Amino acid sequence: MSLLSVRDLTVKFAMRDQTVTALNGISFDLAKGERLGIVGESGAGKSITGFSLMNLLSRPGYIDSGKILFEGEDVVQMNDKRLRNLRGNRMAMIFQDPMVTLNPVLTIGQQMIETLMAHRKLSREEARQIAIVKLREVYIPSPEERLEQYPHELSGGMRQRIIIAIALLLDPQLIIADEPTTALDVTIQADIMELMLELCQSNQVGLILITHDLGVVSQMTERTLVMYAGRIIEAGRTREIINDPQHPYTQGLINALPQQTVPGQRLKQIPGNMPGLASIPAGCAFNPRCKYATDLCRSRVPEIVQYGEVAVACHEVQRLHSDEDRQEARA
Amino acid sequence: MFAYLAKRVIQAIAVMFVISLIAFAIQGNLGDPLRELVGQSVSEEVRQQLRDEMGLNDSFVTQYLRFAGNALQGDLGTSYFFKEPALDVILKKLPATLELVFGATLIIVGFSVPLGIYTAIKPDSILSRIIMGLSIVGISIPVFLTAILMIFVFSVEYGWFPSYGRGDTVHVWGYWETNFATADGWMHIILPSIALASIMLPLFVRLIRAEMMEVLQSEYVKYAKAKGINPWRIYFVHALKNTLLPVITVGGVQIGTMVAYTILTETVFQWPGMGFMFLEAVNRVDTPLIVAYLIVVGFIFVVTNTIVDLIYGLVNPTVNIARMGA
Repeated sequence: MSLLSVRDLTVKFAMRDQTVTALNGISFDLAKGERLGIVGESGAGKSITGFSLMNLLSRPGYIDSGKILFEGEDVVQMNDKRLRNLRGNRMAMIFQDPMVTLNPVLTIGQQMIETLMAHRKLSREEARQIAIVKLREVYIPSPEERLEQYPHELSGGMRQRIIIAIALLLDPQLIIADEPTTALDVTIQADIMELMLELCQSNQVGLILITHDLGVVSQMTERTLVMYAGRIIEAGRTREIINDPQHPYTQGLINALPQQTVPGQRLKQIPGNMPGLASIPAGCAFNPRCKYATDLCRSRVPEIVQYGEVAVACHEVQRLHSDEDRQEARA
Repeated sequence: MFAYLAKRVIQAIAVMFVISLIAFAIQGNLGDPLRELVGQSVSEEVRQQLRDEMGLNDSFVTQYLRFAGNALQGDLGTSYFFKEPALDVILKKLPATLELVFGATLIIVGFSVPLGIYTAIKPDSILSRIIMGLSIVGISIPVFLTAILMIFVFSVEYGWFPSYGRGDTVHVWGYWETNFATADGWMHIILPSIALASIMLPLFVRLIRAEMMEVLQSEYVKYAKAKGINPWRIYFVHALKNTLLPVITVGGVQIGTMVAYTILTETVFQWPGMGFMFLEAVNRVDTPLIVAYLIVVGFIFVVTNTIVDLIYGLVNPTVNIARMGA
């Protein structure tokens, strides 16, 4: 049985004059200890997916329909008490910007100990000892002193390590990391990623890594979901998706990487922008930006279907391939 | 710590200097003091002689320096009406005013924090809407009107509370007579305290609500939820402390403002404090008393603000007074 099983999850936002759909029937599974990447442009619905898994959407967002089965229990149906037991305990989250994630007026120790005591019957001293052990695991020097410090006394990288330590405090089954290094210095990003990979592997923790960095995904995850305008458009093993992307959008993303361009040439961008949630075009949402688009693409939403090693939501995937084959044959 | 304190004290002295300058400049423009001091029968020659003796013909700077020198020794001039040192007159009235301000502060703190939190947590509930509606009414009605209305309803119509004076007070220390030692004293201070609080309380409810709502939207509150923390702990530990930091600063300034507001409240309730005294002094053109009042109130402002800044530094961990230099 998989650890997490999301079925037809639909999330909507009730705006003043209309209701927009932010997630449109997404489904995926995650095995115990598996690491999954969710990639896409800003606004594709990656973070909303992450927050939905903890049922932590704030108004005006809400889960409209679908199931999120975590260890067999539907998160969508949980009452507040069950949700509190889930959050931080069985499923932990690492936020994007460590500079604003920790409460500025509480010490690191208070914020770690309260998390432990919210879920387990421990004395303050026992909780403190666990906190110290976890801080050591994330290579925080002199953890006893750190516990007495306030967030503003620590660097961004240090704070993100502490947030990772907090995520590991209660030995959760799953960690959701929402762009955990975006706000950090480039030199620290690699360290943090390496640390997360090491800890997830050694503790057998599942990881959902939300990012727009394909390099990070290829390094960190076993499977990848590519999202576009609230839908999953390609899913499969990370290696396959990076090496042989099927969906024109994924291909565009990978071609846009600077490594794919000869120095001195312009970067290969995907033309246009992702549509806003209120103005998603009919048919395949990607069709206005896609050079292969046909009338079918402009009228019907493509189902996600298995194609070779990966699942793709594209009407033209077959034609695309035969074109490529022909070009290759000619060359 | 010492450097920070020294810096704040120097700032306070600078502010007091400006206040004294302004107060003294007003003095010269409130009419001829001799008109109040001597009768009409005194001849112009004698008047000139008196002016010379009193130093009224000296230059502004000389007069100010003399005034400031005396003020530093606690001599703010002599009240024309009471024939007593102006500072003594004020100090006798000060306890009544401070007790009134204290009563109002208790009401404001006691009600604004819970009401502000409640309206922030449940912004859509009917009770929140009623509280917010009433707060607009409270801010809009002037203090003297609120006071008169309360006297009409609770003193005249129902007779629950006395309408004027301090009632039975108990002598505590020096000039200090307290209202809080007898039941009659309590009855007398309730209406004036409510009247004085009537503007500040709604203001603080709205301020706390606005700050709290902003804090509840913050990432760290979202993060606390993601850690599975109990909502009450999120509201009262995570959010409230961050909410109250800016409120403390505003609150300190408002305590000073309330001392000034007492002029209206004390007048309506015939409360024998220094606000009431000030209004009488203005009627009597008791210039030294007016000037002394301005300086004392200015002093209270400066002291409360300095104390509030120090408290803010102690409460907010990102302001480290101990390590703060000049």
